[in-house]
Parts: sequence; structure tokens; C-alpha cells
Amino acid sequence: MKIEGKKRLWREYQKEIAEDHYYFARSCVRQQIFPGAEQICVKILQHDLGRDVFDDPGHTTCTGIGYHTDVVQLETIMTVVARQFSLMTNAGYENFAVSCITSFGIYTEILETWHHFPETEEKTREYLRKATGREFKIPVNLAHTSDIFYKFRHEIAQKSRYKLINHNTGEPLRVVEHIGCHYAKMFPHKGVGGAEYPYVLAGLAEALGGEIVDYPERRHCCGFGFRQYVVKANRGYSISASKIKLESMKPYKPDLIVTNCPGCTVFLDRWQYAISEMEGKTYGDNGQGIPVLTFEELTAVCLGYSPWEIGLQMHNVGPEPLLRKMGVPFDPSRKYLGAGGKNIGIPEKPKVLVVE
Amino acid sequence: MDDYIKMLEEDIRIKEGLTACINCGTCTAICPAANYYNYDPRIIVDTVQTRDNSKIYDLLTGDTIWYCGECMSCKTRCPRGNAPGLIIMALRNLSIRLGFFTSSEKGRQQLAIKRSIGHWILKYGYCLYREEMTLEDHPEQGPSWEWQNRNLEDLLPLFGVQYKGDAGALRKISDDSLKELHAIFEVTGGLDFYDNIEKKSKEKADEMKLEFDERMNCEYMHEIYNKSSDHHYKS
Repeated sequence: MKIEGKKRLWREYQKEIAEDHYYFARSCVRQQIFPGAEQICVKILQHDLGRDVFDDPGHTTCTGIGYHTDVVQLETIMTVVARQFSLMTNAGYENFAVSCITSFGIYTEILETWHHFPETEEKTREYLRKATGREFKIPVNLAHTSDIFYKFRHEIAQKSRYKLINHNTGEPLRVVEHIGCHYAKMFPHKGVGGAEYPYVLAGLAEALGGEIVDYPERRHCCGFGFRQYVVKANRGYSISASKIKLESMKPYKPDLIVTNCPGCTVFLDRWQYAISEMEGKTYGDNGQGIPVLTFEELTAVCLGYSPWEIGLQMHNVGPEPLLRKMGVPFDPSRKYLGAGGKNIGIPEKPKVLVVE
Repeated sequence: MDDYIKMLEEDIRIKEGLTACINCGTCTAICPAANYYNYDPRIIVDTVQTRDNSKIYDLLTGDTIWYCGECMSCKTRCPRGNAPGLIIMALRNLSIRLGFFTSSEKGRQQLAIKRSIGHWILKYGYCLYREEMTLEDHPEQGPSWEWQNRNLEDLLPLFGVQYKGDAGALRKISDDSLKELHAIFEVTGGLDFYDNIEKKSKEKADEMKLEFDERMNCEYMHEIYNKSSDHHYKS
């Protein structure tokens, strides 16, 4: 195929991502489990990339996990989403940037539904008016925050002090990119690269010097499964799905896993610990695991932020092997210190998984 | 027999998710739930497509519709543009509205979800709330979880997070915002939906002769949160 033809085809897998001025909607899971990741996301956008991000405390959960565990009905979540849009409208913004992949899927699904069934948008406007007296405009641009990092990946790479390159050998690090299912599996044209050739994380990792690992279960779900994790009796579903992925990627010896979905980060990290306790099995070198970082955490490490000021000590799989390969200096003795260097004790060590 | 197919067709997700299934089984091949449970999304779609109310009644009262993880991998792969995951969501919604969800072990779990996720949404404005996730319920969080939770006020400032502050990550959602959220649930029928889950679960608990009250660890809650029978799984 001629290069021109390839370029034309690839254009079909691109999406519009706003250049600046974002209304930022936070993620329940990312805030609760990896709060440092979300704070550093805003900081990178505002300070390193010089973008205008409106971090509005007035928004709430989109109720997406409630919707996908089937306790929140479609009419309800549509109206909650409409309220978020109303806050954006009142703040004078028209680009909506979402931290959560479940939420990104929710916003996408609802905007598509309103587009194809305009009567559902009218009904939602009525509900919102009745409940809150609010009105809203539909965003001009909807993006996941990983879309925005992808858009500015070359600028990020230029500003980076450390690359995804083994500083001893000069070889690129081997990166597993895991994209949350609801990023593009439902509406492929709303994601960079669609569902067939998702490139949002691969593009960022390649710009930072890494080499993408293609492995058989690359597109398999992490196993969140909503009710399949929330209810303890169902959790075998969740850990089994993560195990399928980990077993499939292990022979390719990945140096790290990078994710854009907060839920996937939790499961690929936590289930490595649980599998080690249940089966004595680990997936990294020397009894350690494969470090799992969100795209913001990985970007922050490359930009030179300290791993302990972005919250990497809150992961079950330690980031140290990755940091050493990248040549990132870090002080191991500060990993478990509180603010101001306060001694707050150290967590108990897992029985099998080696954590420094 | 009631016309369940008519009720289902009132759900926009059936219009979005079902055009014409050709029974190719691609959805089943890609489905993580089919990997794990005795589950075949192709059969669900085909059953709905038959428009046979007695078969749909069996779906609404059975375990099968509760096996899906709503990852929507099926939507990507269906060569006819169907979305079995959306059909499942419509079936689950109808099963709850009609009170049929308590007929199956997996369906009964909706009370545990309503009392956790559902409750936290209205109480805190978050779907998930760290302080409510105990290590006993979530052992996968590992020993670091307790250390983190013990030391949140010393750890979070490292990341620039003011715990339960006015803005930023882990902020306290304001009372005004929570009031609006509550009003949205009231106006859209969300509160009635919650109440219905409680009411039908209570009836089932009485039938099963299990203690039922508002505690998270009453006998009925303990049963539905922890029990998983062998018949759900592939042998």
C-alpha cells in the first residue's frame, strides 16, 4: 500500500482533541485508590503543559459504577451527567475532560443516545430542570485525559528528563499498554486508533522511548466486571481475567504495564499481589511483580517528579525495578515517610511478592 | 403471562443493542464472562430475538443474565452491530423493576450493591469510598491498605491532596451538590428503584427464613455477599 493510502486510512482512526481550556471531571476510583495520580495529572496539564484546566469541586460522581452494576437507571445517570454539563456551561467551558474510563464511556454513550434519540435529551432536560432548575449545553469536545496526554506526547517527550530506555543498555523498555474496555470498545470512533488499533497509550509510550509489547491477550478485559468485583462472591471472575492477561504477557518480559483506566490499574496491581498469596506466583524478576503505572504516573516519572510525591508507594507492586532501569534517582528510605519526613511506620510485607 | 418483550422494547438499549442476531457466536468467543461462568451471550440474544415470553421470563428469574461483566467487548466484535451487553442491561433493569431478581442467587446480590455503591453515591457523592472498603471485605488490597488508611492525613499532603477539603482529589462533596444529586434520584425514579430492591429483598429473606435488617452483615446480606454455588461455573 502506498504511504498516502495508509495515511488516509489512519485518519479515520483519529479523533478531535481540544487544544486548551478543559473542564475537568474527576474519577471516583482514581481519587480513592490512587489520589496522587489524579493530582499530578492536573499539575502536569497546568504547570508542565501550560494548559487551562478548571478543577470544579461542584461536580459529583457520574454514578457510572452504579449504572454498570445495575442499581442506577439510565434516566438517572443521564440527568446526573446533564448536571455535570450544566456546571461546565456555567463555568464558561465547552471542552469536557474526563479522568475515568467508565465515565468516558458513560458520557460517550449518553451523547450518542441523545444524538440518535433526541426525545431522551429533551426528557433529561425536563428532569434536570425539575430537580435543580439547571440548564446545560452539550460539550463541543469530549476527551479522556489520556487523549490529551497523547495529543501533547511530543511536547511531554521533549520536556522529559528520563526516557523509557534502559539506561545501562540503551535498549527501549518493553511496555504493555492496557486500555480500559470502555475507552473504545463501545464507540470505536471516539478513541484514538479505534478499537482495532488503539494507539492512545502506545503513542505516548513510544514518544517516551518505549517499545510496545504485542501479546495474545492484549485486548482482554482486566476483569473489573463491575458486579463481578463489587460482590465478594463473584471476585473469582475478576482475578481470573487479570491472570489470563498476566500469564499471556509474562513470556514477553514486560518492564511495565501502563494503563489509562483507574479500575484496570487497581486490578492489574492488586491481583498480582493476590495471585502471589494464593498460588505463590509472581510475574516480574526476583519475586517482584510487573509495575503497573497510570499514564499520568508514568509521565510524571519521566518529567522528573519524585515517585513518592505522586503516590507510587500506594501500589502493591513496587515501582523500584522500573525506576532503576530508567536511571531515575530515588531515595528508598523516604518511601514510607509521611509529609515533613514524619515516621509513620511501614506496611507489613506480603508473604510472597517481594516489595522493597 | 405478561408481555415482557413489550416491556423490554420500551428500553432504548434494546433498540440500540439488538438488530438481527445471526447466531455466529463471535460475542461468546470474545466474552470474559463466557470464559469463566456457564454463560453464552449468543443464547441470551437469540432468546430475546425469539420474542417468546415464557423464555424471557426464565431469563428474568434466572442466574444467567447476572454473569455478564458489562465490559462491552461483544459490542466491538459483533458483525451485525448488536450489543449483547446492552440487552443484558435492559433485562437486568426489567428483572429488578418486576421484583424477579430475588429468584436467583446472582440476582439477589443487587441488595449488596445497592447498600454499598448505591448508598455511597448519595451519602458521599462518590461511587467508591475508601473508608468503607475494609481489608476483611477487600483482602486483595493487601497489607499496605491498612498502613495507608491509618496514615492518610500524613500521606496525602505529600501528593498535594487535602483530605475531605474543599477542592481537589478526595474533597468532601458539598451539601448543596449532594442535595442536587438526591433531587435527581428522586425526580428520575432512582430512589423508588432503590426502595424496590430493599422491599423485594426483604420479602425474599422472609421466604428464606433469614434474618433481615439494615445492617451490612445481617444474615441475608452475609448470604448474598459471600455465597457462590458450584452450578455457576464451568466444570
